[in-house]
Amino acid sequence: MPATSPISRCDPQAVIIRHGSDPHALVQILRELQAELGWLPREALTRVATALGLTLAEVEGVAGFYRFLHLRPVGRYRVLFSDNITDRMLGSEALLQALCRQLGVVPGAIVGDDPLVSVDRCSCTGLCDQGPALLVNHHQVVTRLDATRVAQMAELIRTRVPVPAWPAEWSLVEDRIERADVLLASPPAQGAALAAAIARGPQGLLVEIERSGLRGRGGAGFGTGRKWALCRKAAGTGRVVVCNADEGEPGTFKDRVLLSRHADAVFEGMTLAAFAIGARTGFVYLRGEYRFLLEQLEAVLQQRRAAGLLGSSICGVAGFDFDIVIHLGAGAYVCGEESSLLESLEGKRGNPRVRPPYPTESGYLGQPTIVNNVETFCAVTAITLRGAAWWAAIGTAQSSGTRIHSVSGDCARPGLYEYPFGTSIRRILEDCGAADTQAVQVGGPSGVCVAVNEFDRSIAFEDVPSAGAFMVFDRQRDMFEVARSFTHFFAHESCGFCTPCRVGTALLVRRMDKLAAGHGSPHDLDALFEIDRLLRGSSHCGLGATAGNPLRETFNRFRPAYERRLRSLHLIPGFDLDAEVSIARQVTGRDDPAAHLEQQG
Amino acid sequence: MSSADAADVFHLDGHDVPFTTGETVLAATSRAGRYIPHLCWHPDFAPHGSCRVCTVRVGARLVPACTLPAATGLVVESDTAELRHLRLRLLQLLFVEGNHFCPSCEKSGDCQLQATAYAVDMTGPHFEEFYPARPVDASHPDILLDLNRCILCSLCVRASREVDGKSVFALGGHGIDTHLLIDSPSGRLVDTDFAPTDRAASICPVGVILPKRRGFAVPIGERRFDQQPISAAEEGDP
Amino acid sequence: MNPSASLKLPDGRRRLRLATTSLAGCFGCHMSFLDIDERLLMLIERVDFDRSPFTDFKKIGHCDIGLVEGGLCSVENVQVLREFRAHCRTLVAVGACAINGGLPAQRNHLDLGQILAEVYRERPGLAPGSAVPDDPELPLLLNRVHPIHEVVQVDYFLPGCPPSADAIWSFLNDLMDGRTPHLGHGLIRYD
Repeated sequence: MPATSPISRCDPQAVIIRHGSDPHALVQILRELQAELGWLPREALTRVATALGLTLAEVEGVAGFYRFLHLRPVGRYRVLFSDNITDRMLGSEALLQALCRQLGVVPGAIVGDDPLVSVDRCSCTGLCDQGPALLVNHHQVVTRLDATRVAQMAELIRTRVPVPAWPAEWSLVEDRIERADVLLASPPAQGAALAAAIARGPQGLLVEIERSGLRGRGGAGFGTGRKWALCRKAAGTGRVVVCNADEGEPGTFKDRVLLSRHADAVFEGMTLAAFAIGARTGFVYLRGEYRFLLEQLEAVLQQRRAAGLLGSSICGVAGFDFDIVIHLGAGAYVCGEESSLLESLEGKRGNPRVRPPYPTESGYLGQPTIVNNVETFCAVTAITLRGAAWWAAIGTAQSSGTRIHSVSGDCARPGLYEYPFGTSIRRILEDCGAADTQAVQVGGPSGVCVAVNEFDRSIAFEDVPSAGAFMVFDRQRDMFEVARSFTHFFAHESCGFCTPCRVGTALLVRRMDKLAAGHGSPHDLDALFEIDRLLRGSSHCGLGATAGNPLRETFNRFRPAYERRLRSLHLIPGFDLDAEVSIARQVTGRDDPAAHLEQQG
Repeated sequence: MSSADAADVFHLDGHDVPFTTGETVLAATSRAGRYIPHLCWHPDFAPHGSCRVCTVRVGARLVPACTLPAATGLVVESDTAELRHLRLRLLQLLFVEGNHFCPSCEKSGDCQLQATAYAVDMTGPHFEEFYPARPVDASHPDILLDLNRCILCSLCVRASREVDGKSVFALGGHGIDTHLLIDSPSGRLVDTDFAPTDRAASICPVGVILPKRRGFAVPIGERRFDQQPISAAEEGDP
Repeated sequence: MNPSASLKLPDGRRRLRLATTSLAGCFGCHMSFLDIDERLLMLIERVDFDRSPFTDFKKIGHCDIGLVEGGLCSVENVQVLREFRAHCRTLVAVGACAINGGLPAQRNHLDLGQILAEVYRERPGLAPGSAVPDDPELPLLLNRVHPIHEVVQVDYFLPGCPPSADAIWSFLNDLMDGRTPHLGHGLIRYD
């Protein structure tokens, strides 16, 4: 502990009271306390536990779950480099090393009780179209990093310039809309869809959404109308609408732009859902990396309340009461899974729930709950206004409407591209100015890898489904390294609940790193695929089940990238054998031939 | 079982297993005296679904039997080559993740992890050892806590919370760093109100929570799962 | 070298050649092997012992079966293990230490440099000027102890600390008769 306890710098009680001493607000309380304290000292956890009627271990367990909450001191400047493969392709690693060199720190290392700065990596920050990017103090982003920016940043940190006083243009986040279709081109007038819905009535709205054929944009593609109908029918009092804005799938950033530009349409979609299912409570689960959007989103909510579009008797309809609270995530990809998200909303560790029951029967605090993606709510608003038939006429028979793609990687014009479903991958590549492309990772690491001979396939639930990411790799890229990066991502984000994912993702990383280190043999490929089968067959949730996808997808298409890393037909140790003699050599001062070991026997 | 209930059966590896409304496949199987390997499930507690050792096949799906609601006519496969192999690998994951040195563990012979590994013919770890650095907490006068052996089944968490009303334990961290937490300011067991008579003190399926000053009361070779395989042993605490 | 292929059993089957070694182990597995007692006589009708503490052969020849007790804690352990792998068609990890490091691996959470310093330099009662031995004849220790399957391909694991004589006998009979070894309840033990 430092001489002056950091807790003297803030009053946990004020934060706790601001959240009504509600244990379900635990993640929010911890986040806000940390924003003031820099980290979460045990003393602070104890006070929170006492005030909320929780045990210290429970609070510690929740805090320890989230990557952005710290139980030990971190730097007063906490710099996290976005570590998506697209950031790496833009040179993020060299910039990270340069910053560390200039500040005299080691990536990931924390030295002392109150270090000035710590530098580490984090999962994709959703700024792939303007990377390399980083996150400072879990609040402010810096985009379009280059050597100059990094050098200036090192100086600002050394001279202790507060982050809000850093050059404003560094934090500029552009909304790059490169191709707009029905959702991005013409956001509907505020309240217009609500008026249309009220005219139809809740049942009429539900029918309209079902008839539109709209399927959830989060990845699973469940029928939105069907989900709402299940929730509406479910037994129990109270209904909850949740907007999943935990856009954590690396390479995806469409929700960031939708929330930044079309927040009104998103909130209106949520309000429409509330009208259809009879909900009074709404949440936006905003990923912690998008903290910078919070104030503007709160302003939109406030404006909608003032306009009678949120609150009680919405649009003057007696009994139509609904409001929205924004909940900030704290760095946990798994919370994008709807049941983990609900656990997190309830102030717990974000472990996926056992299903059944499904959220539509028993969701937030046991109430029937719908969880929909940001883009889904935008589509709901458009459909309500323009009709199911109009929407169903766009796209394909099984995939109605449009899909917004977050395009990044090796292309001239990264950004958002909205197309009707059924658009070919080739068309998207042409439009974004991709040349000499060897592969596209569609839907993020858990999605599919598409190679040149498949570019005429189209984006649709029935062909190549997509959760929204579209990462382009040209022929210079090593697809093994792409897969290795994604494998690290899954291990980093595993919640640790179930055996196969907790241990299996760690083993996948070891074997991929072993291949990368030049210690690979066919035994390792066998082991990798065996672990993949284990993950697919026995994981508790989709994270574990898809953690082997990058391996399988790239191996099937880019097998030589793996084969050229095999050094022997015989087993090679997974650790550096000669390095295992390093301590004994050092202690004895020996360096004779018998003091060394060959990696291969 | 009355004749009215007789229709309520599902099929496990060709055997009819009766169940009552709301029961899971594993609970009903266990009550019927049949065995599906499991670690984080205990008849006295709500299912957790985390160890995945009880994974069974229902049609095209692999699902844990502990959370699978029993349903009339359900066809469940458990004792198949595919599932025996899956369980073997899951157990090997649990073994390499921790530090499981059976010869020096007082729980050896009474340990469910070990006995379940025997049941699936696990002879070696298959994967590489992690050898994690994990603490031993010997602070409590009557109980030794050796986290090297923890498999994160959370039975102690549930027992302490639900039966003892103490919540002495919780899970912390995430991913491969998930670990057991002790609810005290010092993080040590001595500073909790944990007692050897607590339900949580006797529920650990492995050798994490052990009474002090008791060693080799029953010789190695004559212990619970030395006498008979776990598939034939009574359900419940060692 | 005595090519074992030329030696036939009365029933026409080939005599097998067997080598054993103890790496970072306590020889307990070898003692348990000897505990098969009078069955040793049946065994030597079917196998010839190659390099083994039982024969004191210094070099290993081509063998059918290699039984390895103990894990890897030194450079020499790795070298012996590699020789065994290179010379044995079937390599067996015998006992807890070969299989998961066993007792020696319980030093793995400690720093080897600190252990050596404490033992050879800082312990009370050492002669002045005591140092960590640096004779090139002495095998250097590895930073961490490893089970043998992390360094060479292992064909079978025979667990136990030690495996009982019955387990060893059952296992060897399976191998000699061409069956995949299966221990079953009572013989499969980790303690």
